[in-house]
Amino acid sequence: MFSYIIRRLLHLIPVLIGMSLVVFAIIHAIPGDPALMILGEHATPGALEALRAKLHLNEPLYQQYFYYMLDILQGDLGESLRTKQAISLEIGAYLTATIELAIAALIFAIVVGVNAGIIAAWKRASWFDYIAMLVALVGVSMPVFWLGLMEQWVFVDKLDLLPSTGRFNPREPVDGITGFYVLDTILSGNWAGLKDVVLHLILPSIALGTIPMAIIARMTRSSMLEVMKSDYIRTARAKGLREFWVIYKHALRNAFAPVLTVIGLQLGSLLGGAILTETIFGWPGVGRYINDAIAFRDYPVVQSGVLVIAFLFVMINLVVDILYAYIDPRIQYK
Amino acid sequence: MGHRKYGRKTMAILSAILLTTSLGLVACGSGDKVKETTGKPAQEQKGGTLLFARGGDSTTLDPQNSTEGETTRVTDNIFDTLVQYKKDSTEVEPALATQWESSPDGKIWTFTLRENVKFHDGTEFDANSVKFNFDRMLDKSNEYHVGGNFDYVISQFTAFKGEPGAVIKEVKVLDKNKIQFILNVPQAPFLANIAMPFFAIESPEAIKKHKDKIGQHPVGTGPYKFVEGGWKPNDTITLEKNKEYWKGEPILDKIIFKVIPDNTARLTALKSGEVDLIDGMNPSDAAIVESDKNLTLYERPSMNVGYLSFNTEKKPFDNPKVRQALAMAVDKRGLVDAFFAKRGQPATNALPPSIWGYNKELEAKDYKYDLEKAKQLLAEAGYPNGFETDLWAMPVSRPYMPQPQKIAESIQADFAKIGVKTKLVSMEWGTYLKKTKNGEHTMALLGWTGDNGDPDNFLYVLLDKDNAKPPAAQNISLYKNEKVHELLIKAQTTPDQKVREDLYKQAQEIILNDAPMVPFVHSTPVLASSSKVKGYVPHATGSEKLNDVSIEK
Repeated sequence: MFSYIIRRLLHLIPVLIGMSLVVFAIIHAIPGDPALMILGEHATPGALEALRAKLHLNEPLYQQYFYYMLDILQGDLGESLRTKQAISLEIGAYLTATIELAIAALIFAIVVGVNAGIIAAWKRASWFDYIAMLVALVGVSMPVFWLGLMEQWVFVDKLDLLPSTGRFNPREPVDGITGFYVLDTILSGNWAGLKDVVLHLILPSIALGTIPMAIIARMTRSSMLEVMKSDYIRTARAKGLREFWVIYKHALRNAFAPVLTVIGLQLGSLLGGAILTETIFGWPGVGRYINDAIAFRDYPVVQSGVLVIAFLFVMINLVVDILYAYIDPRIQYK
Repeated sequence: MGHRKYGRKTMAILSAILLTTSLGLVACGSGDKVKETTGKPAQEQKGGTLLFARGGDSTTLDPQNSTEGETTRVTDNIFDTLVQYKKDSTEVEPALATQWESSPDGKIWTFTLRENVKFHDGTEFDANSVKFNFDRMLDKSNEYHVGGNFDYVISQFTAFKGEPGAVIKEVKVLDKNKIQFILNVPQAPFLANIAMPFFAIESPEAIKKHKDKIGQHPVGTGPYKFVEGGWKPNDTITLEKNKEYWKGEPILDKIIFKVIPDNTARLTALKSGEVDLIDGMNPSDAAIVESDKNLTLYERPSMNVGYLSFNTEKKPFDNPKVRQALAMAVDKRGLVDAFFAKRGQPATNALPPSIWGYNKELEAKDYKYDLEKAKQLLAEAGYPNGFETDLWAMPVSRPYMPQPQKIAESIQADFAKIGVKTKLVSMEWGTYLKKTKNGEHTMALLGWTGDNGDPDNFLYVLLDKDNAKPPAAQNISLYKNEKVHELLIKAQTTPDQKVREDLYKQAQEIILNDAPMVPFVHSTPVLASSSKVKGYVPHATGSEKLNDVSIEK
């Protein structure tokens, strides 16, 4: 297992280098003088020259890339053109908001998706199976924008059950410690705050989690159906085990490996693809951060934001691969 | 959700205040009628938090380095300018300066400053702070000329200190409470310009301390103060009241500006009580707000114009009769009703009625929608069977032009009825602006949003021959009328507002007759609040001080 993890980590190096090259190339493909973009049209020639030197723009490209990597390795992601803040300081708050939402959405997707898939496979060709798979089909093709607005219309406007936007009630702000507000409210023992934060998570996480939920449900069902045909399930049943244990203990364990891969991929897309949900629910996440940066031509933020998300994506894949090997030890030897 | 519980003591104080204010009202008698609908507080409610939801976050809280409304909306409450716009018009009134005078040649402006005003950090405001701020803005070699591009220095005063064309030569401290601006050339809209939120006075100590990061740590003299840690990016900005505000303590304890990017979600949040006031609504949602007794609808006075421009250098648009005929074929009322959900008014002039100098008498002389007459006039101009041409439509939606393609189609249909067959042309927005400024179009839709409330900002920019020079023509009709030019230049250099008003009125009449463009709408953006919010008056510039807004409990 240990050597497998080392091997996977070594695989990461070329991936990360390739990633940084792509991001670097994109920024350098944008026409125009970066120094002029940063300082604006009214900049004096002297100031432009000074900034060019500071950014190493007068050196050959491979040297620029070297300096760029050196900065990144030191945790320096550059400075936002818009806010003049260090991106490494700024991006943290957005990332925690996005990660918290992605985790909540994933929990919803897994709990509902896996169970719906299992029950649908278990009660195959029953009304539950048909309805669950119909819901899954609709769920996969559901426009997030529309779903979010519908949720707000029903649960906020009509029923007045839940808050519609934001991470907490701004009138009673939550103290940030880690930036993950569920954790922060627990750490500070602010139970009213915890309730408020969880209530604010419900609607956006359902909107964001619906597509992964549907995909997970379908994957679980087909994987379960396959496993349930195998001999060891028949044996388990034959020795008189209750059907519930047969399914959740014996069948699920083997059926779960492909589902796990899907979950890993979905988590990656939840992190990068939450922009619509973030827009509708006024969620201050990294998707909107990067999107706004594009609108304002804030290139350093776009560059570093994309890099950070790509990095997270790669890391999640690594974790999934390791979990995969843990569930199915055969993987390690392939 | 989560209403704050008030202690007994607070309640006692509140009821005492309530009692005294209501007694005060009774004492005033019937002479002091309180209007229900405009939302003047019937009884002032001290305290409370106002949640103001908007579509985007501020980019910085350094007003001098801002170019956008989401910043000034907030900084207007943190900072003051020397002079400011009146609450309900773009006329200028005293703020940090109590009085001012200009020399007969209009080149020297002397301001007397308000005494005993303190910045939120406790430092004192005086003539030196004003000089410090203007030196920062105007002088590119100043140590504190950092944090951004100071774009509005260029747009209002042409250039930085010492550069060719610079309007402001220098700023001089006469004594502790007197400051003098010495101009290179007289500039009549000078007062209107320094009333713009971009020329707010910031605490010199704070600028020295935070340098280019001042945008994250704003310190001003305004009714509300920024609290460190109060800016959660892309989410909320929290301001607390400045008890020592020179106009008196503001009513609300706190204002929270919250970002909700989606228009529909923002309205939902208002209806559920999560927020108290929203800006940026779909015009079509106004009806929902109007039918809900818990909500109040506001119209922001228009400071924009949407127009159809004729390229007066191209045939047949060089013929005024052709332009007049086409002006008669534009159904202004119909367009406003159909595409602006009636939230706007048909335009006669490029200048909106909310700005002083607007010539109201011309409304009666405007071209009436009359296809028969248009056809007749076209025949007189030598085109009895009409002609074929292009009609350019913008690719993006703007407050003055929400659906440019649809508007163009509607105009196209009307023009076809008088024999003028048009082909719709559209292209990417950047290219569109570049080509129209270069005079490559025949007819084009475009618009303008003003920002200092001065007529010069509309008439000189859009219709003077100085601005009809491709490739950078703001006057995309390339309209050049010597008489109009003479009037506009005279108005630019005459300090007396009465005289200027008259000059602008004359210019508008000539322009209307020449019809270089068909201004067809001044749109009025809509806003909404909970009906508990009292005293909010939306300002034409898009930002307002919220010190006399209150919330009923």
